[in-house]
Amino acid sequence: MNSGDTAWVLTSTALVMLMTIPGLAFFYGGLVRRKNVLSILMQCFIIMCVISLQWVLFGYSLAFGPDTGQGIIGSLDWAGLRHVGGLPFKDYAETIPHSVFMIFQCMFAVITPALMIGAFAERIKFSSFLVFTILWATFVYDPLAHWLWGTGGWLKNLGALDFAGGIVVHTSSGVSALVMCILLGKRVGYKKEPFRPHNLPFTVLGAALLWFGWFGFNAGSALAANDLAANAFVATHVATAAAGLTWALIEWQQHGKPTVLGVSTGAVAGLVAITPACGFVNPMNAIFIGMLVSLFCYIAIAYIKGKLGYDDALDVFGVHGVGGMWGTIATGIFAEKAVNAAGADGLFLGGSHQFLVQCLLILVAPVFAGLVTWILFKVVDALMGMRVEKKDEIVGLDLTQQSEAAYTVIE
Amino acid sequence: MKYIIAIIQPHKLEEVKQALEDVEVNLMTVSNVLGRGRQKGLTEYYRGAKEVGSLLKKVKLEIAVNEDFVEPAVNAIVKSARSGEVGDGKIFILDLPGVIRIRTGERGSAAIG
Repeated sequence: MNSGDTAWVLTSTALVMLMTIPGLAFFYGGLVRRKNVLSILMQCFIIMCVISLQWVLFGYSLAFGPDTGQGIIGSLDWAGLRHVGGLPFKDYAETIPHSVFMIFQCMFAVITPALMIGAFAERIKFSSFLVFTILWATFVYDPLAHWLWGTGGWLKNLGALDFAGGIVVHTSSGVSALVMCILLGKRVGYKKEPFRPHNLPFTVLGAALLWFGWFGFNAGSALAANDLAANAFVATHVATAAAGLTWALIEWQQHGKPTVLGVSTGAVAGLVAITPACGFVNPMNAIFIGMLVSLFCYIAIAYIKGKLGYDDALDVFGVHGVGGMWGTIATGIFAEKAVNAAGADGLFLGGSHQFLVQCLLILVAPVFAGLVTWILFKVVDALMGMRVEKKDEIVGLDLTQQSEAAYTVIE
Repeated sequence: MKYIIAIIQPHKLEEVKQALEDVEVNLMTVSNVLGRGRQKGLTEYYRGAKEVGSLLKKVKLEIAVNEDFVEPAVNAIVKSARSGEVGDGKIFILDLPGVIRIRTGERGSAAIG
């Protein structure tokens, strides 16, 4: 046990908590129309409540508990935090209490379904959203976390590298978000009315809080206060800086002016892309990863989304799906054992095997997450109806789903 | 000259603007307003306290037009703002005794468009 490590991971846990509320909540909340801002804040807040409980009751055990034999899922031995206490569990983190590792991972389980909120924003029924989220955490997140991070997980056994969640968090939520928004259909008035962000300062505030919290997400994933955490911290920061700047430069070249929404979006894309890589690549390569992610995400959002015509309201797939997959491949290209002896050498250092394993990840994870999301959607939709009535959508989700209003017109 | 005031559903604004543009009525003033007609408001709750919102959000369009444009403008608004449900709104037409363009000092019909 090491008190420095324990202190850092506890601090990181609080930082990751901050990413969901208020970070992500305000990032998304500012982007929707004023009649729906509370619905976004509410969805983020309730996910914090519900998934935290799901996690300690059985989610953590499914994801990280003793493998049931095939590397597919953990057993329920650790349900209700049985065997999860003050002593370290050596397979995951030797120097911190097991309960610290558990609560750190809890915040990852919380933010992942919260990321999807942006895709189906402004038209989902609150009750159905809640049921879907619990099912999704159980049948998509928990298994995927087990495959990559749980002892005995089949992708972990193949040597797959995902330092802080490029696959488990971002690719899974990004692809599932795409499936959700396609199945749910476009918002009323899509392409006919303007869908302007109602409060961009909220969005910038949220993006800045995400950047801040992400130091816990990525550097905390070293699970110790050591040189690896330092590398992850630096790589995260410079990749994000490079991505934010690159997005601004792309906009400058394309439209003559860079926007603050653009630089914020680029920064978040950079954070996403460096997530799987930050504990395996050096900071100079991290800059390169950050520059390219903005290019890929910009193309996905500005060109491909319009061509395909799906209504991913706040570009969850375009940022988290595309960014997460690029980061996963980039890990296979730039990883080096000099940064992390427990990692591998990537393509540029002759590690073609590692590169192929990373490519396998971006096939397996989207197929699994997309398929299960499709099934869960169909089940919840058949039982409860996933979408609000048209008239409720027009009035707005704040009044119709939450019975409250964010802003008064007259006192 | 007439002054047309139209109270419409907020989400119909784009369609109404387009319909007015189609009959060459391009100038308007738009504002957010609260209003009450036959439609009931929605109930809100704040820490358990019930607030019945008796006023609903509407959009108000104000358009000054010469006589020839009154009927086309009104028809365009009615056609584009109508959903057939309670709450579609109203149009009021007022006589307009004078219009002055501040930049040039022009008055009357010449100043309107």
